[in-house]
Amino acid sequence: MASSVISSSPFLCKSAQKDLGFPKPSQISVHRCQKRAISRKIVSVMAPQRSSSATGSVKTGMTMTEKILAKAAEKSQVVPGDNIWVNVDVLMTHDVCGPGAFGIFKREFGEKAKVWDPEKIVVIPDHYIFTADKRANRNVDIMREHCREQNIKYFYDITDLGDFRANPDYKGVCHVALAQEGHCRPGEVLLGTDSHTCTAGAFGQFATGIGNTDAGFVLGTGKILLKVPPTMRFILDGEMPSYLQAKDLILQVSVLSLLQHLSPFTASELLTGPFGHKSEIIGEISVAGATYKTMEFSGTTIESLTMEERMTLCNMVVEAGGKNGVIPPDATTFNYVENRTSVPFEPVYSDGNASLYVELFLPLHVGLTYLLFSMFFQPHSPDNRALARECKDVKIDRVYIGSCTGGKTEDFMAAAKLFHAAGKQVKVPTFLVPATQKVWMDVYALPVPGAGGKTCAQIFKEAGCDTPTSPSCGACLGGPADTYARLNEPQVCVSTTNRNFPGRMGHKEGQIYLASPYTAAASALTGHVTDPREFLQ
Amino acid sequence: MAASSLQSLNPTFSQTLASPNTSPSFRSPFLRFNSSFTPKPLSTRSSSSLIARSAAEPQERKTFHGLCYVVGDNIDTDQIIPAEFLTLVPSNPDEYEKLGSYALIGLPASYKDRFVQPGEMKTKYSIIIGGENFGCGSSREHAPVCLGAAGAKAVVAQSYARIFFRNSVATGEVYPLDSEVRVCDECKTGDVATVELREGDSVLINHTTGKEYKLKPIGDAGPVIDAGGIFAYARKAGMIPSAAA
Repeated sequence: MASSVISSSPFLCKSAQKDLGFPKPSQISVHRCQKRAISRKIVSVMAPQRSSSATGSVKTGMTMTEKILAKAAEKSQVVPGDNIWVNVDVLMTHDVCGPGAFGIFKREFGEKAKVWDPEKIVVIPDHYIFTADKRANRNVDIMREHCREQNIKYFYDITDLGDFRANPDYKGVCHVALAQEGHCRPGEVLLGTDSHTCTAGAFGQFATGIGNTDAGFVLGTGKILLKVPPTMRFILDGEMPSYLQAKDLILQVSVLSLLQHLSPFTASELLTGPFGHKSEIIGEISVAGATYKTMEFSGTTIESLTMEERMTLCNMVVEAGGKNGVIPPDATTFNYVENRTSVPFEPVYSDGNASLYVELFLPLHVGLTYLLFSMFFQPHSPDNRALARECKDVKIDRVYIGSCTGGKTEDFMAAAKLFHAAGKQVKVPTFLVPATQKVWMDVYALPVPGAGGKTCAQIFKEAGCDTPTSPSCGACLGGPADTYARLNEPQVCVSTTNRNFPGRMGHKEGQIYLASPYTAAASALTGHVTDPREFLQ
Repeated sequence: MAASSLQSLNPTFSQTLASPNTSPSFRSPFLRFNSSFTPKPLSTRSSSSLIARSAAEPQERKTFHGLCYVVGDNIDTDQIIPAEFLTLVPSNPDEYEKLGSYALIGLPASYKDRFVQPGEMKTKYSIIIGGENFGCGSSREHAPVCLGAAGAKAVVAQSYARIFFRNSVATGEVYPLDSEVRVCDECKTGDVATVELREGDSVLINHTTGKEYKLKPIGDAGPVIDAGGIFAYARKAGMIPSAAA
């Protein structure tokens, strides 16, 4: 490690940045003495090495994302800013956007038009399933009709809403189902009519969300017009502390990426952990958020993550404004993918001399359990800053564990592990919504490590949680009025989901704290926002 | 209906004829960024697929005139159209109208003036003025669709989330325009304003305050919006056949 500069000021970096040399990265580290451990934060900002636009004979190195898009556009070379027509490998849609996308497809290509490839479209009802809402139910029926007419190979249908297990094809949450069913493969281009399609970038592919009109276009042509995004690379090194999860990482990184709009002071306040430990992320990083950019994650920490944790990381890239998230595929990736599909794939890696928009080195440090309150509320309002400092006194009304972000098998395992370690009962209603049928089955079948053979379901029952419910997107986005666990009153909820905008889970005055499964479980046990280290040691 | 609104947003296109041997400089309609990237000219498009334009056609101005509705930063798609209304299918004409009636209904109660009055189907505000990161959150195309369905014509914001911007351009439902300053701090809901789009320097004129604001050129989004949305654009580029009878 470079020689360190000892300072108690988190703002040292701001002035030091003026001395940043080009193109060498400048190493700035800040020592922080904390009660538990010494933490060291090095944030290094490397100025972008932009290749000239000369179309000379020298081939410029490309990032993973650029390579994937170049190949899909049948070009040997692309640079950020290029506008290209890209071949799509997989198009996913669900019950909310599917009807609209197909409607546009028919309007533009004709009532008798056929989709470009019935084996490259995956239709996954998941948003509004277990509801009596007639329009919601109708939308699933509409998709069934389209799939029948077009001979769509992958339609994870549900007809018996009273018992999800009676539907052998039904999966649940689209992004988790895509992975579990082997539709995510390194090197490919995957689009979906859902913003969290970026989740699949965990598999080393280009994956992003599109609207109905774009999807309608893809349905007919198998192509999409895309602008090649520049890449922001985040290198996370170091061992993950046992109480931290990928959710904590992405919450911190997302905020980092949005710092362009905040003064260093406000940024620093927002990043204060629940117990007064100031995060060491320096406020002034000269990035323009992650908007329209690729967020590429690498480093030893990333390599240590399981596929599900990598999915959680990439899932919230969109929250930072990112166009796509991507993680270089490795043995972990290949293991997962090869167990689920025999479709051949070609992994792709960034060139060493690829041009990056910015590269940030983020060694992990202690004390990073992170809670995010109303990040997208007026960030400058004094209320939010006060709340960040005093989080541990915040009383909560309920806990929600579910969604593509935090409702996978490992997410429930983590929550169960904490409940088991604590040996206590939850103090608030704790709602459990497995993302897919498979996750639900794992919750009931898999023994939790270190729990003497008990399954998640058993541990949840002993802890007094609600019974795990039918798998779907559930109340992550509110949904129809009768959606299980919907926030119908102005309550405070700690949730493993991905957004907390006003009204997100239902009630406009509901307050949602986004957190990792560990943090959610810990908070359920105390009835207040709680650091999981209280129960995990 | 979305298709007709595509037509109404299609000003007369005028551009010099590109010679078959030169590549037109093309900027993506879909990128909004703050860096100093210079978009690379699109050199691989076959020039035979370009539509020949007469150099003599006059530039047409496009104007929107009406009342402003002012919102703040980070207006996400849940506030623009709450999830419970997503069961409405935008390509269905009746449901398209219904979506319009719910536009911006998710805004907190602190917004005393509602975008669409209770009981109404349309808005009286044609220009939405926003801050940073307008349209962030979900990819739901219902967001720009409901704004257009309600009767909004243009959004003038400091910055946009990319999926929202892209959906606005693809559907042609609202014109997404960038301001250079925090217009949302200087305008009030109910101000009378005009947005004038011109080649080079578009402006927002607030008649109530008398102030004028430069808008960033629609530039990047121009070709797709001018063509009338992604389908029309693709037809012109020869990517898909002309709409058959």
